[in-house]
Amino acid sequence: MSSDETTKTETTVETAPSASPKRHRPVLVQMETPNLVPERDLGKMPVLQAEHLGIDFGGLTAVDDFNIAMGRTEISGLIGPNGAGKTTIFNLLTNVYKPTRGTILLDGYDTAGKSVVEVNKMGIARTFQNIRLFNKMTVEENVLVGFGNSMSTHLLTDVFRLPKHWKQEAEFHDKAMDLLGIFNMQGLAQERAGNLPYGAQRRLEILRALATNPKVLLLDEPAAGMNPAETEELMENIEKIRDDFQIAILLIEHDMNFVMGICEVIGVLDYGRIIAKGTPEEIQNDPKVIEAYLGKQGVK
Amino acid sequence: MTASKATTAQAGTPAASGYRSLSMPMRYLINAILVVVFLVVGELMIDGGVVSRYQTGVIEQIGIYIILAVSLNIATGYLGQLPLGHAGFMSVGGYSCAIFIMRMMDVVGVTARDFVTGSPAAVGLFVIGIIFGGVCAAICGLIIGVPALRLKGDYLAIITLGFAEIIRVVMQNIDGVLGFTLTGGAKGLTGIPSYTNFLNTFIVVAISLFLIHTMMKSRHGRAILSIRDNEIAAESCGVNTTYYKTLAFVASAFFAGVAGGLYAGCIGVMAPAKFGFMKSIEILVMVVLGGMGSMLGSVISATVLTILPEALRAVSDYRMVVYAVVLILVMIFRPEGLLGDYDFSMSRVIERIMNHGKRPEDFAPATTPAVEAVATAVASGAPSATTEKDTGKEASTHE
Ligand SMILES: Nc1ncnc2c1ncn2[C@@H]1O[C@H](COP(=O)(O)OP(=O)(O)O)[C@@H](O)[C@H]1O
Ligand SMILES: [Mg+2]
Repeated sequence: MSSDETTKTETTVETAPSASPKRHRPVLVQMETPNLVPERDLGKMPVLQAEHLGIDFGGLTAVDDFNIAMGRTEISGLIGPNGAGKTTIFNLLTNVYKPTRGTILLDGYDTAGKSVVEVNKMGIARTFQNIRLFNKMTVEENVLVGFGNSMSTHLLTDVFRLPKHWKQEAEFHDKAMDLLGIFNMQGLAQERAGNLPYGAQRRLEILRALATNPKVLLLDEPAAGMNPAETEELMENIEKIRDDFQIAILLIEHDMNFVMGICEVIGVLDYGRIIAKGTPEEIQNDPKVIEAYLGKQGVK
Repeated sequence: MTASKATTAQAGTPAASGYRSLSMPMRYLINAILVVVFLVVGELMIDGGVVSRYQTGVIEQIGIYIILAVSLNIATGYLGQLPLGHAGFMSVGGYSCAIFIMRMMDVVGVTARDFVTGSPAAVGLFVIGIIFGGVCAAICGLIIGVPALRLKGDYLAIITLGFAEIIRVVMQNIDGVLGFTLTGGAKGLTGIPSYTNFLNTFIVVAISLFLIHTMMKSRHGRAILSIRDNEIAAESCGVNTTYYKTLAFVASAFFAGVAGGLYAGCIGVMAPAKFGFMKSIEILVMVVLGGMGSMLGSVISATVLTILPEALRAVSDYRMVVYAVVLILVMIFRPEGLLGDYDFSMSRVIERIMNHGKRPEDFAPATTPAVEAVATAVASGAPSATTEKDTGKEASTHE
């Protein structure tokens, strides 16, 4: 892990200060606890910011005062007991739910009032805790749906099979195959997504999300149901994806080895509130975390 | 973002190594030749008197119902909704096409006889009339689709059913409201020249199937299918679900209108009573029987269910009973329809023959969970070249 980190900082030194949005007013929020952002991302605008985010369902406050400022190539984790509100946070960040309180800024732009589709186009892609693939479509088609907004042919161009249609289909077939190559899934391209084994379905969902060309990738329990070997492989691939695509990844996971091994920053959620935040080492030694997981008895 | 270029490491399809496949132009050529052969054989049989006039009429109706079933399949099988007003779109298309052609005949100087001999002006009028019918139906599809598609399941079924009834009532009463003759009211629109024949029906069917096929095999079609499979996931992937639902609905209505136009010229009389609820159900039964999402299934069941009632003229009163029984049986024993969502591809068959009966899977390195396990094991450390070598070995053991 430590040797890994040094290489990361080296590779990202030359990246230009990219984010200078042109339209709208870019709302710059002071980066909260900037010491948490990986060194290589310092000095650049955080790619995803949320401030005092909260949502109530009737009388239940599912999430309250959630804050985050993610570096552009940061891998962070969100952990917490079942029902803590982790998935709800993903639904808030992707505008599936309208927050009761707080703001979300993606690359400096407020996402309030945007549709789920618009938020995806702005740069957030996600996977689902309970896998949601296009089961009757092939693996390749699943990825191609993700590429949909990068494709530009007019309906009539496609329907009448003009040369541009073939050109684009060929181009995106190659792109889809490249993407499937990340998980060595090219051979499964023509298989129905619904027929894939569980682990492959989870991987395909990640690739489909990647195809939408996101700046932030949200993974909801990506290793759930995977065996140790698969989990190990997934960890390596998530880091590879981050390095290759230069994106930020926020993931929810119960597998502690996974989270501690891959995340640079970890937030611990309990009853909708962040009770601790820090590096894996800090989290592992935080009494509040131990208490949330093991109960008061465990601390004593 | 430099993202998409970053993953070129393991490019290429390991799949079709050694598998002989047809190029795209070749596939289209084969299908085009088949269509022409079919067409010529049909024409020869009709001209030679092998097929009677009555039988020709039935064949035309088969073609019309094929378009109806396949177009309804866009909304049901591909989009995954359950509209119950397909006959409404058919009637809009039929009336507007027939009225358009009848009014324009005098203007462009085409007689009813010209449709039989096939003068260029008559052919042109037919083409424009059919498209006009389709467009009118598509506009109705847009008007009804925008509000209806905000609803789901039962609600969409009911609102489309109501819409078809409204169309029927409008066609029946619009003359009185307008104060001049347009649709012929309850008695119906009579004196429609028989501009539909085997040749043009066949061509319109072939073009319709081609266009629906190409739409579905494109990014637009994939977006429609993704909504059917998982609407929430589709949205999260940036699929504009409202747009694509409307597109599917409008396309479905357009081709229903085209079929309606053919129908008017085939039957020669348009009466509102023909386009009631039962007509919509008849078309839906064809789709469900054939298999939702299967174009071939729709084609086969439209053919069978058009011929059956004709063959069973004697018991035509019980037609709907037979329909109901058949439907119940299929739903019990084969709920996904006769063909499920299997689709036939002529070129795939030819490729099978070219490869001595082997499928592309027999050449592909990885299709099964077992192979996937290999991939997993290899991928966890080794470079991808090893994977291809390994799986290459696997493929050769298949031989
Ligand atoms: N749409 C909703 N309506 C009402 N309550 C909800 C809704 N979504 C989530 N909740 C509640 O919010 C809490 C957090 O759920 P969730 O975010 O799924 O937890 P987890 O941390 O396990 O992912 C739970 O108590 C859940 O019942
Ligand atoms: Mg959850």
